[in-house]
Amino acid sequence: MNNLIAFIPALPLIGFLILSLAGRRLPKQLIAWIGAGTVSLAAILTIIIGIQFLQNPPDNAYTQTLWQWIKTENFSCAINFRMDALSLVFVFIITFVGALIHIYSTAFMHDDRDYARFFASMNLFVCSMLILVLADNLLLMYLGWEGVGLCSYLLIGFWYETLANVQAANKAFYITRIGDTAMAIGLFLLFKELGTLNIPDILNNSTTHFTQGSARITTIALLLLAGGMGKSAQLPLQTWLPDAMAGPSPVSALIHAATMVTAGVYLIARMHTIFELSPLAMSITAVVGAVTLFVAGTSAMVQTDIKRILAYSTISQIGYMFLALGVGAWSAAIFHFFTHAFFKALLFLAAGAVIESLHHEHNIFRMGGLKNRMPVVFWTFLAGSAALAALPFITAGFFSKDQILFYSWTADNGHPILWVVALLGAYITAFYTTRLMIIVFWGEMKTPIGHPPGRVMTVPLIILAVLSVIAGFVEWPHNMMHVTLFSDLVQKVLPATIVQETGPSEIIFELIAIATTLLGIYTGYSLYYRDTRLIEQWRQMPEMRDVRNFLYKGWGFDWLNNLIFVRPFVYLTSINKSDFFDQLYKGIASGSRKLNESFSVSQNGSLRWYVAGVLIGILFILTLQLML
Amino acid sequence: MILGIMISILLVGGLLCWLTAKWNIQLTKWIALLAVLIDFALISNIWSQHPTTTSTGSNAWFINFQANWIPSFGITFHLALDGLSTILLLLTFFLGILAVLCSWNEIKERIGFYYFNLLWTLAGISGVFVALDLFLFYFFWEVMLIPMFFLIGIWGDSNRRYAAYKFFIFTQAGGLLMLIAILALYFIHGAQTGTYSYDYLSLLNTKLTPSAAGWIMSGFLIAFVIKLPMVPFHNWLPDAHSEAPTAGSLILAGLLLKTGAYGIIRFVLPLFPDASAGIAWWAILFGVIGIVYGAMMAFSQTDIKRLIAYTSVSHMGFVLVGIFAFTEMAMQGVVMQIITHGISTGALFVMAGMLKERLHTRDIGRMGGLWTSMPRMGGVALLFTMASLGLPVLGNFIAEFLILMGTFLVNVPLTVIATLGLVFSALYSLRLMQKVFLGPVAVQQAVRDLSVREIVIMSVLTISIVLLGLYPQPVIDMAKTMVNDVVRR
Repeated sequence: MNNLIAFIPALPLIGFLILSLAGRRLPKQLIAWIGAGTVSLAAILTIIIGIQFLQNPPDNAYTQTLWQWIKTENFSCAINFRMDALSLVFVFIITFVGALIHIYSTAFMHDDRDYARFFASMNLFVCSMLILVLADNLLLMYLGWEGVGLCSYLLIGFWYETLANVQAANKAFYITRIGDTAMAIGLFLLFKELGTLNIPDILNNSTTHFTQGSARITTIALLLLAGGMGKSAQLPLQTWLPDAMAGPSPVSALIHAATMVTAGVYLIARMHTIFELSPLAMSITAVVGAVTLFVAGTSAMVQTDIKRILAYSTISQIGYMFLALGVGAWSAAIFHFFTHAFFKALLFLAAGAVIESLHHEHNIFRMGGLKNRMPVVFWTFLAGSAALAALPFITAGFFSKDQILFYSWTADNGHPILWVVALLGAYITAFYTTRLMIIVFWGEMKTPIGHPPGRVMTVPLIILAVLSVIAGFVEWPHNMMHVTLFSDLVQKVLPATIVQETGPSEIIFELIAIATTLLGIYTGYSLYYRDTRLIEQWRQMPEMRDVRNFLYKGWGFDWLNNLIFVRPFVYLTSINKSDFFDQLYKGIASGSRKLNESFSVSQNGSLRWYVAGVLIGILFILTLQLML
Repeated sequence: MILGIMISILLVGGLLCWLTAKWNIQLTKWIALLAVLIDFALISNIWSQHPTTTSTGSNAWFINFQANWIPSFGITFHLALDGLSTILLLLTFFLGILAVLCSWNEIKERIGFYYFNLLWTLAGISGVFVALDLFLFYFFWEVMLIPMFFLIGIWGDSNRRYAAYKFFIFTQAGGLLMLIAILALYFIHGAQTGTYSYDYLSLLNTKLTPSAAGWIMSGFLIAFVIKLPMVPFHNWLPDAHSEAPTAGSLILAGLLLKTGAYGIIRFVLPLFPDASAGIAWWAILFGVIGIVYGAMMAFSQTDIKRLIAYTSVSHMGFVLVGIFAFTEMAMQGVVMQIITHGISTGALFVMAGMLKERLHTRDIGRMGGLWTSMPRMGGVALLFTMASLGLPVLGNFIAEFLILMGTFLVNVPLTVIATLGLVFSALYSLRLMQKVFLGPVAVQQAVRDLSVREIVIMSVLTISIVLLGLYPQPVIDMAKTMVNDVVRR
């Protein structure tokens, strides 16, 4: 099995190469087959390798070396792939969910002029993302890391003729680049300390090389965290993700929900030893996650664009993953990534189907009444929403989120305040999900439906909906059933979560979590369905309007960024457009010319002038001699 | 001797071009192409004949040819080739081929004289890369300068006169300082040993007092950093690059700037090891200033060629940083940067030339949405703007990564600022992409996509930059001996 790993990223790469070089000359059908086919093959291959992996677990990991990449005197780095349990989970999600999204896209993008360019970019993305999670050294991981950034840029700006889309793409690239740069510095520092960028070597050597909690290790951990925050849209680098919704819906599903935005989670989990050595960095990770999940959740409550609601919700859910990582609940974080990938991809795809059927209408208040008109979309959307809201027992989201809530207090690094924030977030999530559901699917129809989605689009929805319900059953809370398949798998790589001795018992947490979810759903139901007068009243009140606008604008982070970074930079560059140094040289040139002019006056060809000049000179010398 | 032949082929080829242009213009072009092709074949052959594993450090010079020229002054005709020179000659002839190809239809006046100048500039550049006699080096330094002056001054754009003079005065001012420094070194060495010689290998043993070393080094260094260019001596570059014809910009960015880097590596560091170590911190600082300043200038430009020119300033800042880090890794990065910047910026200039040919403007404000009509060029442009912002898979990333990591080992704060250059490079690169190829369609008339000749040029460049990004090892091995020699001093 070892020498098949490289084929997983190679297949979509082949798809990319064919489509980018010859795509415009191929018929659409063939493009669809190549685009979706290569990723589906990669998914099948992953499943085959995965079964092998589960049946005969290797000691560490499957590895495969392709070629020596860079080798200088004291730095060496190869194109090496390494698949352990953590990589396997990510590879599975990337290829499997990726394949479903590709299949969906063959119908969704069918009428687009740039069909081939779309699939070329999507395939390149899948390839880069696979390299990211399969890399055995940080440099190769950085290659994938930048590669997914490029594809994200290309696909956000896919409809490039609208300037706003291009600007959204640029913004995504710029902001994630800030994180990437921090991460690059982190790599330099790691190399300076350990002399290698090989991940297993780093993890093995760091415990002996660094002292627990030293400033060095904290700096490294924080730099890596900053890289993760950029890609995973955590505060304060989150502003690009809502704008990234300018891309086609399958792109949002694949890149900005299921896979790329969780790259930060992967990075931190992958480098867990570094983080464990620095309690401060762990706490900061947890706080970043907690603050992000709250800020993004509150912003999601008031959005009107269906995709922006989901975008803020994604930021918020990734906040949960960061919180889990920060408190040391490693497997809970990865578990939430696992379930989130299914239900959030589903929600974006279903939202795409709604938007497409309603003639590109994004505003939820101009939707409504779709429950009976689009039953498949309704039921799948409902499954996704229920999972997002963490409806108890019957959805995957419940199992993963409940774990995080529990650990945010009781895990080694947990704290009651973190739990309170996470619980508030759960309430908010349930609320805005209910609001979204009710406004879009109940009530009266405001926009007539065009053509409903065909089977190629609905089948992936149904598969994802089923998974959104059942994917959680692989891991049950400790006090209910002894099913811990998922944590058994990932804890081959990640340390087990240490639980504090003291603290309330687990059942209390579960009851509170369930109550919170139900309360959130009830709030949404009563405000937007049972009695909408209260909302109407709030709309009239200026204070409430201010609050709403503040939340709507995502707590004003864009405004702040503009004020602190964008405008000063643009101003600074614009005033110096003609290059200040050039004035210096122009000054020298014009000075010489001036001198030339003033001296050339004396060369006028008139003899009288010259004689006078000579005489004055003689007089001057004589006077000088007399005086000295 | 083979080195002399390579240079002569260009010189004779240039003369033939001038002579044949009166009768047959097609013949002229083919002669020019043939001359660079033969040279390219010759240097490729040398590369393949010298397997990199043999470079143990004892004999860095693959080829060493020395003949008397003016014995009474100790001037010899000394040409030699080591790993660095081989890499640079390969780059020279590679870009030379592309320069001839992209002039094919662009140049319509005084074709014979044009190719004469083009080939003579290339001859001067190749001479600079292999001359080991300082007098001869200075001679070639001038040979590459004057034809380039004509290339800009005659076939340039509307403001060509100004740009050509500026280019000439800046480089010449540096050149004169270098001449003084060469003479000073010559006389000091002569007084010490009794034999007056311009030979590099003998001059290496000159013992200089710290202050003398400092002064003489400055003479060399100023000449080289003007060429590089280092902020604040960079002002000749945006004008020269933007006014020059496409092949001129290609050679300026791809090769002429590299002579500055080459000069520092070949002459400044080995001849004045202590003095250069003394200024290392300041040199890195100026490199970092160049990275940030060049990137910020590039961001605000509206002339596409000026924009690319300023990105060169930024990228060459990395070279200066890497050279003065004195670590093996950073120096390897510098060698990579020299090549990859030549290719990627060369490609961007070629593309700017193609756009100018089609749209008759260099103003990016009047472009936009060109991807719609030129998807092929858009794809290639995307690749090379990504190269210039240092995307992995492409060669520039290897270069910048090695430079930054190698420098980080010796100077953390300045490297951190230099790394921020990665953010700035994203700013100008994406702005370029947006203004030219993305956004609303601004050009109404149909713009034709790449022709076959253009596809050939761009795909050769594309393949090279991807290959360098995925498998840079041959270059690293080739440069290994030189890098170790320089760093160990």
